[in-house]
Amino acid sequence: MSLPCWSRWPVLLSGALLATAGAAFADDDDNARIRPLNHAAWRQECSTCHIAYPPQLLPAVSWRAIMRGLDQHFGSDASLDPQQQADILRFLEANAGGEGRSRRGEPLLRITETRWFVHEHSEELPKDIWSRPSIKSAAHCNACHTAAERGDYSEHTLRIPK
Amino acid sequence: MRFAFATVLLVLSFSAHAETPADFQKQFAAQAQQENPAFTGFSAEQGQRFYASTHGKEWSCASCHRQNPKAIGQHIATGKALAPLAPAASPERFTRPDKVEKWFKRNCNEVLGRACTAQEKGDVLSYLLSVH
Repeated sequence: MSLPCWSRWPVLLSGALLATAGAAFADDDDNARIRPLNHAAWRQECSTCHIAYPPQLLPAVSWRAIMRGLDQHFGSDASLDPQQQADILRFLEANAGGEGRSRRGEPLLRITETRWFVHEHSEELPKDIWSRPSIKSAAHCNACHTAAERGDYSEHTLRIPK
Repeated sequence: MRFAFATVLLVLSFSAHAETPADFQKQFAAQAQQENPAFTGFSAEQGQRFYASTHGKEWSCASCHRQNPKAIGQHIATGKALAPLAPAASPERFTRPDKVEKWFKRNCNEVLGRACTAQEKGDVLSYLLSVH
């Protein structure tokens, strides 16, 4: 697997490095913030079933693949009208970042499969965390990251519900 | 160019036009009449049964919107909280033609694997409006 492209993502890189350093630094991740972006259609259309995931978390090749298959979007019909779909894709491409392809050489479609996500969620989590009714899924960022919609994934706003 | 701009404005103003649930009910009734000349009206009881049942696929309306549509819903796959579906609890529900069309299209496809009939939409809306 190629190394993720962090160049457009210095803030998160520092967050990831701090997490790598171990739990002693767990409270020092004030910079674990993703620059909030505003794009009206993206904000509205991509935040109904989950928070509007920041474009920076996946590369353009992934966003293109995701936006091509909205009628079967991770098991749900998330189809949009073609104009809106193209408008949102342009915004995603313009702000994309993240790592490239999976081991099989296909575009990553899930943020949860990026090395960054796996790394950040690999330690000290309760075993049942993804199956708790209040959380339900790793797609539900804001269940624990209470300020995720503002791009803030720091420990300060982290509250893991029971 | 000016014409195109005017057209865009017109489309925007139309798509963002606020309506009431009763307006949608009238539109569904007109469509139902076209789809079925024997159409006699909508039934909240029928709508409630439709809302709470599965229709050959895994999910029902209630899977995400709860058996009590005044309750806060939860997306069955992602866990995200959803505003209640009943207009009594969420006054913004059934006020935007673009949203109503989009969500019936998506959700009927997911719950039934086809588009809903106007009768089905009107029955469900009657049920949702009967919840106070």
